[in-house]
Amino acid sequence: MIANAESETVLTVAHELTVAFAWEVLHTVLDPEVPVVSICDLGIVRDVLTQGERGLNVVLTPTYSGCPATEMIAVEATNTLTAAGFTPVNLTTTHAPAWTSDWISAEGRDKLRRYGIAPPGPVQQGQDIVLRYMPQGKQSNQIAAALDCPRCGSNNTERLSAFGSTACKALWRCMACKEPFEHFKPF
Amino acid sequence: MQTSITLSNDPKLRYVLRLADTCLILAQRLGEWCGHAPALEEDIALTNIALDLVGQSRLLYALAGTMSGHTEDQLAFLRDERDYLNLTLVELPNGIRKGQPNDFAFTILRVFAVASFLKPLWQRLQTSNDAELAAVAGKAIKEARYHQQHAGDWVVRLGDGTDESHRRMQDALNQLWPYTTEMFNNDVVDDAAHDAGLGPRFGDVKTDWLAGMDAVLSAATLQLPKANAFASTGKVGRHSEHMGFLLTDMQHLQRSFPGGVW
Repeated sequence: MIANAESETVLTVAHELTVAFAWEVLHTVLDPEVPVVSICDLGIVRDVLTQGERGLNVVLTPTYSGCPATEMIAVEATNTLTAAGFTPVNLTTTHAPAWTSDWISAEGRDKLRRYGIAPPGPVQQGQDIVLRYMPQGKQSNQIAAALDCPRCGSNNTERLSAFGSTACKALWRCMACKEPFEHFKPF
Repeated sequence: MQTSITLSNDPKLRYVLRLADTCLILAQRLGEWCGHAPALEEDIALTNIALDLVGQSRLLYALAGTMSGHTEDQLAFLRDERDYLNLTLVELPNGIRKGQPNDFAFTILRVFAVASFLKPLWQRLQTSNDAELAAVAGKAIKEARYHQQHAGDWVVRLGDGTDESHRRMQDALNQLWPYTTEMFNNDVVDDAAHDAGLGPRFGDVKTDWLAGMDAVLSAATLQLPKANAFASTGKVGRHSEHMGFLLTDMQHLQRSFPGGVW
């Protein structure tokens, strides 16, 4: 009995080490569109489970339904884990619960800011974003709360476009340092 | 030429395809603006919305494929016209006034009308007894919300804008309005989906749709056109004269290079 309990403890520890190592490896897989944040920082990796001696089951979730990086991310995650010695590597995709920008880690937000992308604020649950329309003759650019410019920190900023270079970003500019910047939308 | 697939009459399959096709065909029309929109920001916005819609349709085709035994690509590209089940509204050209094939007012109003329809539909589909459909809805509703906000903003700015922008937005509304009747005409497909717990009858979201439309149209100082007896029939496969042309564009690669992939 004692021997069994001991070997079970050893197995559990080994299993936890394997999972921790797999997460470490996945932290090196960068988002193809924003190559400073990892897929773990973004909250795309939902779960890592061991399978047999050296195998893994990794659960991913896409950000936007049509995000073209989804397939690239799956390929890179598989390749990186395989190169680290895991085999076989099975990826599954889950759509529920739906990805939210609230899952981006604090570290991920810092990395985004340093890269020149204003990180998302918290998602307002169950609340529609108010239309940004302002009557004629008034500035209609000022919607919601202004963001802090990721370059100079000023909050004298305005939105230029609700959509940007990727599905997850909007285009803003800073009136203080005169630089345009991107905003990762709360979603 | 690649052989067309045919569909069964399974009403649950048809329910999912009505949704999937409506998303895909609207995306195809929005994609036509790529490189041609009135401003760079709008070019990016319209194609981003199209991308979301393509993403939603892919998830729905994957689900439909589990019912019909087809792949996403087969369902998207290898049906004949009568087997597409989208609302006629989304297949109309980007402008339906003669001599104006690309009308931004009509385009953005249509995005608004469809997003205002899909949003309450996704809302209810989140409690579908099909777990995958509920999951797709949970993602898609966030996207539809964003589309509705963006397009609604334009409808108000143009409707309550200059005399010329108001006139053109009202024109667009007059042209679009008759095609919205079809959204809410329930039939056996709606009833089957409802009875099976798959999703609401499309007609069940009419009140929510009208409320969403009304808030923005009245802020935009636009007049609701009078109802008439016309109702389009795209969701039962009887399409407008524009659908065949759209499909020749959309299916060209799969028909010419069967099985081609990126």
